[in-house]
Order: sequence, then C-alpha cells, then structure tokens
Amino acid sequence: MTQATMDQPAAPENGDGELTTADGTPLAVSLRRSHAQARRRAFFLVLPLLAFLLITFLAPIATMMTRSVQNYEVADYLPHTTEAIDGWDGTGIPDEAVFAAMAEDVRIGAENRTIGRVAARINREIPGVRSQMMGTARHIDEMTPPWKEAFIAEDEGWANPEFWRLVKRETRTLTPIYYLLSFDFEYDSHGSIVERPEEYQVYRLMFVRTAWMSLLITTLCIVLGYPVAYMLANLPLRYSNLLMILVLLPFWTSLLVRTSAWIVLLQQQGVVNDTLVWLGIIADDGRMRMIYNQIGTIVAMTHILLPFMILPLYSVMKTIPKSYMRAARSMGASPLRGFVSVYMPLTVPGLAAGVLLVFILAIGYYITPALVGGDTGIFISNMIARSMQGSTAELKLALALSTILLVAVLIFYWLFNKLVGVDRLKFG
Amino acid sequence: MAIPNYAGPGERTWIWTYRFICALIFLFLIFPIIVIIPLSFNAEPYFTFTPEMMGLDPEGYSLRWYDALFGSSEWMASIRNSFIISISSTIIATTLGTLAALGLSRRDMPARNFITALLISPMIVPLIITAAALFSFYARLDLANTFFAIIMSHVVLGTPFVVITVTAALSSFDEQLIRASRSMGAGKFTTFFKVILPLLLPGVIAGGLFAFITSLDEVVVVLFLAGPEQTPITVRMFSGLREEISPTILALASVLVAMSICLLATMELIRRRGERLRGMTPG
Repeated sequence: MTQATMDQPAAPENGDGELTTADGTPLAVSLRRSHAQARRRAFFLVLPLLAFLLITFLAPIATMMTRSVQNYEVADYLPHTTEAIDGWDGTGIPDEAVFAAMAEDVRIGAENRTIGRVAARINREIPGVRSQMMGTARHIDEMTPPWKEAFIAEDEGWANPEFWRLVKRETRTLTPIYYLLSFDFEYDSHGSIVERPEEYQVYRLMFVRTAWMSLLITTLCIVLGYPVAYMLANLPLRYSNLLMILVLLPFWTSLLVRTSAWIVLLQQQGVVNDTLVWLGIIADDGRMRMIYNQIGTIVAMTHILLPFMILPLYSVMKTIPKSYMRAARSMGASPLRGFVSVYMPLTVPGLAAGVLLVFILAIGYYITPALVGGDTGIFISNMIARSMQGSTAELKLALALSTILLVAVLIFYWLFNKLVGVDRLKFG
Repeated sequence: MAIPNYAGPGERTWIWTYRFICALIFLFLIFPIIVIIPLSFNAEPYFTFTPEMMGLDPEGYSLRWYDALFGSSEWMASIRNSFIISISSTIIATTLGTLAALGLSRRDMPARNFITALLISPMIVPLIITAAALFSFYARLDLANTFFAIIMSHVVLGTPFVVITVTAALSSFDEQLIRASRSMGAGKFTTFFKVILPLLLPGVIAGGLFAFITSLDEVVVVLFLAGPEQTPITVRMFSGLREEISPTILALASVLVAMSICLLATMELIRRRGERLRGMTPG
C-alpha cells in the first residue's frame, strides 16, 4: 500500500516538506505502523504452535532438567540441624548446639515418620547410618540433655566426623553430585572430588561409546549415501524417480519394521547366516554372531539413518550444473581431479546437512540399540532409560545424564543451524 | 549417468564398477524390507526360510500369522488405538503446523530463524528425554495413561514435519498469483480458497502424512505414557521383539510395509499434481 502511495505522481506533503499519506500522516510513521502490523500478523500465525510447544514441550523439559541439581532430602527433613550446622567449621565433631538441633529434628522426624528417608539417603554413602538414626529415633523420648553425650552413648556412629561432614555437605539444596556421577566422579569422605573406583566407572565409557559409534554410523552413511545420491542426481528423471522409491520406501517404513527385518536377517538362525552356510562359506557350527552386539546396532542404524544422508545430498547435487564437470574435463582435468576439485566442494552444504542430521539423530537413539544392541551395542539413551525406572537417586542421575546428552545435541543443532539453516531442511 | 562418448576403457570399467556398487547399496536399502514379506507367510513358527519355502512348496506357506494377527482381540484393539492416536494428532499437528508455516514464510516475521529452530526442536531432542519429560509433566497433571496426553505428545512430535514441508511448499509459491487473482476482481476469500489453498494443499497433505506416519511409528513416548487401555501397535511390537519373537510380528510388519507403499504412492501423486499446477511437468 505504501508503495502505491509513493508511485503517485505528486506525493502529498505536509507543511514541513515531509512526504505524507493521503490522510496526512507522515509517510515514515505510516510505513513503520504498517510494518509493525505485518510483523504482528505474522507472529500471531505462529503463536498458537509456539505457545503449545512452550507449555507442553519446552517447559516440561526445562523443569525436568532443574530437578537433576536439586537436593532437598536433608534440608527438608533436618531443618534445625541445617541451620545449626552452618556455623560448624567441619573439624572433629560439632558442639552441643548442633546435637540439640539434631535431637529436635530426630524427634519431629520420628513423629512424622520422615526420619527414615533421611537415614536412607545418608546410609547410601555411610553404611550403618540407617540403624544409627532409626535406633536413636526410637529412644529419643527417653533421652535427656546434654544431647551430645546422650547421642554418643546411644550409638557410636554419632561420634563419627565423617557422618557430620556428610550431613553438612548434604544440607546444600543444590548439588552437582549427579553430574559428578555422570562422569564417574564422586565425593570422598573429606568432601573432595575423586574418581570413582574402577569397577563402578560406566558412564564415561558409555558417552565415549555413543560418540564413536555415532561417528562410525555417520561415516558409513557418507560412504554409502554419497555414491547413491550422485547417481540419483545425475540420472534422467524417469530413472531417478524409480530409484528414488528405493530410498523413500525405507524412509517411510516403520522403524520397528526395519529393526525386526534386521533381526530376521542377522540372527544366528537368520537369513544371512543360513545363506552363508548353504553356500559353504561358513560351517553350520561356525555361524556368526552379528546381532545383539555392536555390529547389530551399527548395521541396523546405518540402514535406518541412510535416507537422512541421501536426501539432503541429493537435493544439493541436483542443483549443480553438469556443464561444470564437462568444463573441468575440457580444460584437461582427469575425471578424478575434476570430481575432487570441482564437484565435491560444491556438495559440501548437502554433506554438512546430512552429517549433522545423521549424527544428531544417532547419539540420541534408543529403540534400535535396545532391540539389537545386546549389552555391548547400547547407547547412553539406553542407560538413561534403565536408570529412569530406579530409585529417586537413580532417577536424578538419569536426569543429569539426559541433560548432558541434551546439551551435546543442542550444540550440534546450533552448529547445524549456523552452517545449514533449519529453514533449509527438506524431505523428499 | 550416461557414459560420455569420450570415455576411455579405464573410465568405462570404472563407471560399470560404480553402477555395480550403487546396485549393492540399493539392495542394502530395500532387501531387509522385502525379505520379511515372504517370511510372514511361513507355515512354521520360525523367523527363517524353511526348506519347504525354498522349494516353493505350497505346504511351506500359510496365512496362519495373519489369522493370529487379525483374529486376536488384543492386536485389533492396539490397531484401533494406534489409529485413534495417529489420526487425532495428525489433524491438530497439521492445523497448528500449517498456520505456523504461513507465519514463518511472511517477509515480516520477527526472529524467524530462532523461532523456526524452536519449532523444529522436537525432532532433534532425543526421544528418551522427550518421553521422560512429557511423562512427568502429564503425571503431575494426573493425565498419564490417557489418550489426551498421548495425542498431545504426538502433536508435539508431528508438527516439525508439517512446518518443514509446508514452509518448503510456500517457498516456491509465486506471490504474483495472489495479485493476479485480486486484480481480476477476486475477493480475499475467493483468492484464498481458489488460488492459495489448491497450490498449498500438496504441501499440507504431505506434511500431514509425515505427521501421521511419525505418530503411527512412535514407540518411546507411548512406552512411557500408554496404559493398558491405550497400548498401540508399536508398544506391543516392541515388547514382542524383546521377548518371544513370533511371525505374527512379521505379518503386522508386512501390513505396515504395504501401508508405507500406499502412503509413498500418495505422496508421489500429490507431488506430480503440485508440479502440474505450478506449470512444471515431470520428466
């Protein structure tokens, strides 16, 4: 509309020589107003989905993530002790004031039957604390001040400095402990951060394994996808449309169907082993183990993610004029030279899109590794799923692991957006 | 991919080798999907070809697993549940996603890149994280194990596909057509229904089909959210594959493959129609 106004032969002016619209508003104001209106209109169209996702997707994820650093058990159930122990310097055992506060908390805890939860929480790190606290809670009504002597007489555990240091540490309501555990670290009895004993170290290994298997799968997708995308992009349309079906059909087929197909093919009594035995390549008792291990995960996931590599590569390759290669040849480049220094650099945008997409999807994969991965071919997602079903502490560990995985995914997603642009994403 | 006239013998050999390699890769892509179809007609409870099947003996083939599938009230209930969930979530996801895509494609959209990234994010966030977060969200509202929660979760997972496909369809949309229509005296509504919508429809339907297949195929979120009343086929298949694998799963898988073929054919028809409408002819 503003454009139409400007096209008029004699634009109306106000007294100061500014251009105005027909009703006398300065043109700049009117233009700004109409821009703002257009922006609002565009935004209102997006708003329903944005609000829906904020409430039912982004907020639940954010809430869940914050729970991985929360640590309310001790602070909630031992409120007096939490207050009193703040002034203690952490050497030896605390003085009478702290013991008195503890006595008050134990008495309330015994009445409300909440003392067991604190006891269980601390017992995880110092075995024996459960019976120490529960025993004291049973006799608290018969005990009299001074509390320090009374408590120690009741149970030797109250004289253990390690116990008090742990209580002091656990009164903090924010804890990095689940993140430490995620990287196989923990607190020792003095409260400093140390590596966990080797037999408990699992998560670092899982992260490393998830990363290298995802990298391997991405590499395999490049190796298998690049030639196919090149062929599809350079065949006449009527052939390439037909061959495209071979890429799109797997893409449209249920993930579970494809995973069960690989179970059928790769198991010990499966089609591949049967064929190899029938051909006499392997003996009947020498059947290969190709599933419920890393091979199974790698093969099945490469198959499942391959279309995500081929489609972006194809859509970029289709736009590269064929004359470029002919020009390279005519100027004396060998086919290989022409391909490597003229064609391949032009495909980099598609390659970047495919690589990031496959890698991002691979590191968060759950279903396929769970079905064909056995023990050695599972990913960090499977560890998360296992821990989710456990106790509160395990759940929080799972949440910490999830947060780390999510951060990794978001970094690659950010990179993807930077290098490729989410608005360039297309299927089929 | 024609062999150029000037190709020497070395290059010819290479091109043939290359074609052979590509054929093998295509085989890798399609063979696993094809192989389960004959196996689903197995007369024996095995996941492998029996000697009778290899000898093409009719005795080796039967429809018993299809009987087991369609005759089982449990499987049929799951199939029904799956369709309830997928169809409802597709309708909502397509509506929300199309509106958002219309907004995103406007020149004046503020913070377009950031908002697009947010809208696409459900596709990127690992499903296990989404599933756990949505479970605790709906559990707190006392809505876990309801169709409502599952459908809403699948709307979340389906919308990125609608946004992507409809935005792509809009990017090739010629704005002049609107002006042409208006200049010839069509009102806003006539223009929308007679010009914009027919051109946009292929993209919207394609996006809807994507959302539908995403929901139908989704396992992880329903593993967390579905109670016995809502169990969809994917959950039943997943537990079937983990425990005792019976060829009933292969029968279902074959049915699903047939469905994918139908969906793919629909997509192809829509695409060609869209190209024709835009005045491009498929080669």
